[in-house]
Amino acid sequence: MMRLRLKRNYRVHSPKRAFGGKRAGWVCLTALLVCLLCNLTACHGSKGLPEFEIPESFDTTKEYEITFWAKNDTNKSQTMIYEKAISDFEELYPNITVNLRLYTDYGKIYNDVITNIATNTTPNVCITYPDHIATYRTGVNQVVALDELMTDEAFGLGGSEVRFDAPTKDEIIPQFLSECQIDGHYYAIPFMRSTEACYINKTYVEKLGYTVPDVLNWDFIWEVSEAALAQDEQGNYLVNGQNVLIPFIYKSTDNMMIQMLKQKDAGYSTQDGEIEIFNDTTEELLYTIAEHGKSGAFSTFKISSYPANFLNAGQCIFAVDSTAGSTWMGSDAPLSDISEDKIVQFETEVRMVPQFDTANPRMISQGPSICVFNKADSGEVLASWLFAQFLLTNDVQTAYAKTEGYVPVTSKAQQSPEYQDYLSRAGEDNKEHYQVKMSATNLLLTHSEDTFVTPVFVGSASLRDAAGQMIENTVKAVRRNQTVDDAFMEKLESDVISLYRLDQLSETTSVTVGKKDLGPLPKTAKILLGTLAVVWIGILAYVLLQMVKSREKQDKHLIYKK
Amino acid sequence: MKKLLVLLMVCVLGASCVACGSNNEAAAPEANTQTEAVVATEAPADEKSEGVMSYEEYMAADLDTEVVVETYVQAKQSWWEDKATVYTQDQDGAYFLYNMACSEEDYEKLTPGTKIKVTGYKSEWSGEVEIIDATFEIEDGNYVAPATDLTGKLSDDTLINYQNQFFSVSGLTVEASTQQDGTEAAFLYNWDGSGADGDDLYFNVSDGTYTYAFTVESYLCPAGSEVYEAVKALNVGDTIDVEGFLYWYEGVNPHITSVTVK
Repeated sequence: MMRLRLKRNYRVHSPKRAFGGKRAGWVCLTALLVCLLCNLTACHGSKGLPEFEIPESFDTTKEYEITFWAKNDTNKSQTMIYEKAISDFEELYPNITVNLRLYTDYGKIYNDVITNIATNTTPNVCITYPDHIATYRTGVNQVVALDELMTDEAFGLGGSEVRFDAPTKDEIIPQFLSECQIDGHYYAIPFMRSTEACYINKTYVEKLGYTVPDVLNWDFIWEVSEAALAQDEQGNYLVNGQNVLIPFIYKSTDNMMIQMLKQKDAGYSTQDGEIEIFNDTTEELLYTIAEHGKSGAFSTFKISSYPANFLNAGQCIFAVDSTAGSTWMGSDAPLSDISEDKIVQFETEVRMVPQFDTANPRMISQGPSICVFNKADSGEVLASWLFAQFLLTNDVQTAYAKTEGYVPVTSKAQQSPEYQDYLSRAGEDNKEHYQVKMSATNLLLTHSEDTFVTPVFVGSASLRDAAGQMIENTVKAVRRNQTVDDAFMEKLESDVISLYRLDQLSETTSVTVGKKDLGPLPKTAKILLGTLAVVWIGILAYVLLQMVKSREKQDKHLIYKK
Repeated sequence: MKKLLVLLMVCVLGASCVACGSNNEAAAPEANTQTEAVVATEAPADEKSEGVMSYEEYMAADLDTEVVVETYVQAKQSWWEDKATVYTQDQDGAYFLYNMACSEEDYEKLTPGTKIKVTGYKSEWSGEVEIIDATFEIEDGNYVAPATDLTGKLSDDTLINYQNQFFSVSGLTVEASTQQDGTEAAFLYNWDGSGADGDDLYFNVSDGTYTYAFTVESYLCPAGSEVYEAVKALNVGDTIDVEGFLYWYEGVNPHITSVTVK
């Protein structure tokens, strides 16, 4: 039976990811408004929402309805886990109703949150990335700082009044928790963690005369990829016998650039948001990438498609993608977008992303976190916090981690008998215990100390996009037979600065971080402040006038009395 | 004086309220674009301007080379950050324009039939041959392509020749799709049932020999559009006629724009 191939988020890089449509203009305007409001409120001291204070008790007789915006990796098991978590939580707290809204990408959540900040209609609980929270925080008191909530005796992590077996703060993996710290405060708790992995067609690597090393280095990747391009007279590649082969495909080129720079100890950005990415090392890396993009040894997801599709069809040898995408990788992958007749049998190996210094590997830490939005009713915020905390319980953590190559964020869940049993059964089947997924999971479990995150500041998401765009533009250029030279590099830098407004980032950053000169007041703020000053002067003048009149009247009255 | 002061206070308070106030209604997603009921128009004389490729030349061009085509808008999928994704077609074939540079103002001018000259790069993404990194200019001329009848041809090897074209197929039978909980339904939100109202719809149809998965692309035809609601109302066993665009993703992946239950 022939079956048309299914679509799996067919364009993650399409407007679908960037939420598309006419609404885009409105969102940009709203984001601008949010920033302007921040400027204004910073000037005259008013607040969008009062700062959240933990209520002394939780009113269980009051009905609370909270919204939870979550993301699933187009994986129906994850949806079911969210639904079960909500159901279990509502059983414990019958006065709290949780409404789930599902997204398939983080970008859309980010944009919808920004849209709703201006109207105070943010969700209560939201799956997010710290990069995004930096922008959410430009709305005054919109995101709840969780420091006190986490340690509150009654309602904190594992608190006395919490109706479930929650982890304590110490049981959250410290490195993952620290990633949720912005300006010295916790604005999120980690939910799941993943990293990137290189999924390798070991069969083809060996066919080419190489052995897959324990730790890949970049020279090895480029050398094998170039060697794989040998073709016969008909134009078929010798290694796979097909007329299509892209030996090395990278899914997230922003991660690629970020990790390469980190491994080289080169500049990306400072903690304060100073842009350092335009440096000699970046240029050197781009020249290397250009060389292999031109030969056809390297391509990207945005240019060609999902690495998994090529890998499983025997048309790719090194596919770099998230460990959270591991169930799509390999001949026996439980999920696939290509038809069965296209799948080629090969042995899959999973390794860390390629390194420059194999003795000191560095790889990105990524994965969703959870933030809680502030509301006028502190009881509602507390209900939200309790639900957020519930998402860290062992049942939710282990169930969700099993859906992909994710790692639970608490030692409590990682060490639980259920999770340990899961890990011990690697390769037992091609579903829950799919070997490639388990290898990807173990990769992060054994190398969590080698992971890193990039600094978070307003605009850090744009810098991340710019990092990837430089690779995309370079590869596109060489594929189109354009010359990649100094002039190209100069234009590339100028183009990405303009596209992602990087030249405007430092000013915005200073507003949030508060460590730099705030610069001149916006015009709107000046007008509003001027008007306020005039009004107050008028009020004072009027009051003084009345006082003088009253005094005169009193004096006259006294004279009259005398 | 008192009145003046009060008036000033009110104005300032009003401004503050506007800045800080809340609206209890969440910002509702706005439908991006929707296919409109359009009537096919007579094919204009197939004269290409100087330097413009014929469809045949376009198809013969290598990937990653610059192409210049004159074509006619058939439907719009989305606009975001000055980029538009558009289904276009001339008398000879179709061109899918992905993320073409386009201001919001110009996007409004792109209605079914609008003639445009497009300069971009021929590309392929998961089997979908398209034009990317393109710019365009509006020209005089109008053409709305009639639906190419592909009844009985869905499994033909020559189907690729119709890629991206507006097409129709008659007499298909709706088959069951399996939901997350294992139960059967006439359609799914997202390919695996993991989505919700507003997401892409997937439904299976049979031509009596083979089963095919069709998609209602939620940017092209969002929730509330006629086809989106029509698919939600389908029952397993219904006999339907469909129209849509012959999009490709690892094989044919039609974007359905019209469903008629017989």
